[in-house]
Amino acid sequence: MTAVLKVEGLNKSFGGIKATDNLNLTVEAGELHAVIGPNGAGKTTMISQLCGTQIPDSGRVLFKGRDITRLAPHRRAHLGITRSYQITSLIMEMSVLDNVALALQAREGHSFRFLRPARSIAHLRDRGRELLARVGLADKADQATVALSHGEHRRMEIAIALASEAELMLLDEPMAGLGTQESLEMVALLKGIKGKHSILLIEHDMDAVFALADRISVLVYGHIIATGSPDEIRGNEAVQHAYLGEE
Amino acid sequence: MDTTLLVIQVLNGLQLGLLLFLVASGLTLVFGILDFVNLAHGSLYMLGAFVCASLTYALGNFLLAVVVALPVVGVIGYLTERVVARSLYARDHLDQVLATFGLILVFDTSAHVIWGPEGIAVPLPDWLNGQVALGSGLEVPTFRLLIIAAGLAAAGGLFWLVNYTRLGMLIRAGASNRTMVSALGIDIQMLFSLVFALGAMLAGLAGMLIAPITEANIGMGNSIIITAFVVIIVGGIGSIKGAFIAALLIGLIDTLGRAFLDDLFGLFMSSAAAENSAPAVSAMLIYLIMALVLALRPQGLFPPKVR
Amino acid sequence: MPTMSKRGWITLVVLILLAVLPPLFYLGGQAFYLDLATRLVILAIAAVSLNLILGYGGLVSFGHAAFVGLGAYAVGIPAHHWLYGGWDAIATLSGWLHIPLAVGVTALFALLTGLVCLRTKGVYFIMITMAFAQMVYYLIVSIEEYGGDDGLVIDSRTELAFFDLDKPLQMYALCFLSLLVALGLVRMIVNSRFGMVLQGAKGNPERMATLGFNTYAYRLTAYVISGAMCGYAGALLGNFTTFISPEMMDWHRSGELMFMVILGGAATTIGPVLGATVFIVLEEVLSSLPHPFGIYWQLPFGLLLILVVMFIRGGLAGLFSGRKER
Repeated sequence: MTAVLKVEGLNKSFGGIKATDNLNLTVEAGELHAVIGPNGAGKTTMISQLCGTQIPDSGRVLFKGRDITRLAPHRRAHLGITRSYQITSLIMEMSVLDNVALALQAREGHSFRFLRPARSIAHLRDRGRELLARVGLADKADQATVALSHGEHRRMEIAIALASEAELMLLDEPMAGLGTQESLEMVALLKGIKGKHSILLIEHDMDAVFALADRISVLVYGHIIATGSPDEIRGNEAVQHAYLGEE
Repeated sequence: MDTTLLVIQVLNGLQLGLLLFLVASGLTLVFGILDFVNLAHGSLYMLGAFVCASLTYALGNFLLAVVVALPVVGVIGYLTERVVARSLYARDHLDQVLATFGLILVFDTSAHVIWGPEGIAVPLPDWLNGQVALGSGLEVPTFRLLIIAAGLAAAGGLFWLVNYTRLGMLIRAGASNRTMVSALGIDIQMLFSLVFALGAMLAGLAGMLIAPITEANIGMGNSIIITAFVVIIVGGIGSIKGAFIAALLIGLIDTLGRAFLDDLFGLFMSSAAAENSAPAVSAMLIYLIMALVLALRPQGLFPPKVR
Repeated sequence: MPTMSKRGWITLVVLILLAVLPPLFYLGGQAFYLDLATRLVILAIAAVSLNLILGYGGLVSFGHAAFVGLGAYAVGIPAHHWLYGGWDAIATLSGWLHIPLAVGVTALFALLTGLVCLRTKGVYFIMITMAFAQMVYYLIVSIEEYGGDDGLVIDSRTELAFFDLDKPLQMYALCFLSLLVALGLVRMIVNSRFGMVLQGAKGNPERMATLGFNTYAYRLTAYVISGAMCGYAGALLGNFTTFISPEMMDWHRSGELMFMVILGGAATTIGPVLGATVFIVLEEVLSSLPHPFGIYWQLPFGLLLILVVMFIRGGLAGLFSGRKER
């Protein structure tokens, strides 16, 4: 197996507080690698550095062997990295389908195209509807994004991640704020995607993580204290002490 | 270039810089703490000048007028915050800009109604109206020295207030964390009103100090506000230290540019060409410097800490 | 063709009224109303151009008057040299020079300032656009040859192929057609893939970046288009008033353009035209109040502006369509 993503010795501090502390992590091709950790462990800071909205103080981020540590976010997207957001981060002013179509449009080179109305471009609209159907939002496609529920927004995030057809998906707490039933549906949805893309999943929901992950890394105070299969992590004493033991 | 002229122009630049600081510090305080863009800040500068002018005639003494005018402008600022600004804190900057633009029209036209369209000259007492000899053959107007002294004193007072008093501690805390200050049991609304009034007084003071030189006139606030924007952009919005350094920098560059740029250009182009191009370049100088600073540091020279 | 929305009807009615009424007034001997409408339509073009970046792009430019002024001087300066000599290369009245010059200069100015402005966000952007506009203002003031502070009289208007600008009706026809083209262009841009990116970047710039869009480049392009369109409006304004001065670039003028866009309804097709109409009517009605109220017309105008911001969200276009915009 080859590593899709390799993170080496990543460091990032904010005003003396180390949010990321010598962080090492590998995501193998096709695996679903989950990162868990208590609140404030630096999960979102880590993902921001992986997608390029924050630049680490030191260390390297390699995507398929290429150093992307300082690459701008939109360039990483071109290489094949996409992310979803923990706090729903959609374009509320636009329709559900518009949001997905934009993600599809992003894959077709530049968008300095001024003449044709974007909403009449059949393949973008059709593919957008397909993806929305896949996440169970077929009948919501033409609604205003703002009118959808939180659970539906979470699923839109997945549709957008799928639209990018990225090799590597960084999913930032897709279960955040979901009810039990919705969580189960999301797990089912992610199971359907798993294997087709490499996924780095950041998640609080332990049931979901242990149901989905091939490997799990535990992040505490910006540092990975253990990596292994779900069973290994369950049995790891340091992890239990630092994290699971709290609950 | 003779030294006397240079010294005088440096003093002029210093004077402009300090006045700019008085206007800019209020802007940057209000923005840093209240996250509020107040275009009408220049109107407070203008109102300071007019109120002081009227009081100078009523009381017969410029300095006494300044002392009385300061709280008057402070009250105007306080009321502005209560009536208009307060309901706009939660809005986006676009709404704030538009509403305070409306406020400018209201202030400017009100000044027009009250004081008429002409500027009002502000007479100085005799002892301020003369010249002071500084060394051999170098005479500078006494009042300009007073402006510099008053500007420095106000700047010093502000630094002391912000860094060493309880109010200043709250101001700094409020800038970084509103909820925390509220949690301390402080009346945050009152704090905001006070900050606004303080900013108004600083701008008003600048207007009062310049009035004897330029007269109090209606357009005066509208030209200084943009320069004050340049100052806080260069200094870093929200930073008082940045505003101080940038204000002096801009004041000196603008003044010296206008005075000496044609001589400087004359060194490497024909004097005719220098005479033609120097005014245009010096008119744009501070904006070009702003562009340069932004190109290198989009957050200004002293970006405030992340809120 | 689907049934037309309420807002579509408003657009149609407003444009038909603008096409028909002013010429009728003129033919009926009321030339004044045609003049008023010409100014209205020119300002509307400027407001439409601002709407592209402010309404759809979320870029609050407080310096758009600079583009109007530069466009006007791009007409005035060649006309000045044509009459008084000097600068032979541009000393002409030909529209083949004036219009490309106005559009080209403003596009270039937009590009150069946009490169800097768009590196910043929010309140920095507002202040910097304002400052750059003021820079142009002082630049023109400092050039004595073109009248400096006192302004410049345009003795002869631009010579165009199909329109004689000395004839008020033809002047109006050109301005009105230009408005239609401007509206059509902005609509086309907004609905295009480019426009989707622009609007997406307004809604959520970080998301757009992680999707793979270089939002800076898209915004810069929109900024340049908007500036050039506004410069064209300036060229019309110079030809219409035949007197231009730095005062055209005063930041109050920029504020008025913003007022038109917001009052009319940002990010709607017809909003800026409605806004420009209300602005012109207000200005006319308030300033013709009996003395002494007329000279103080900005006082009620300012109060109105404050009230509009506080209470009318989504602008007039939003009110009429009865739909919540935000």
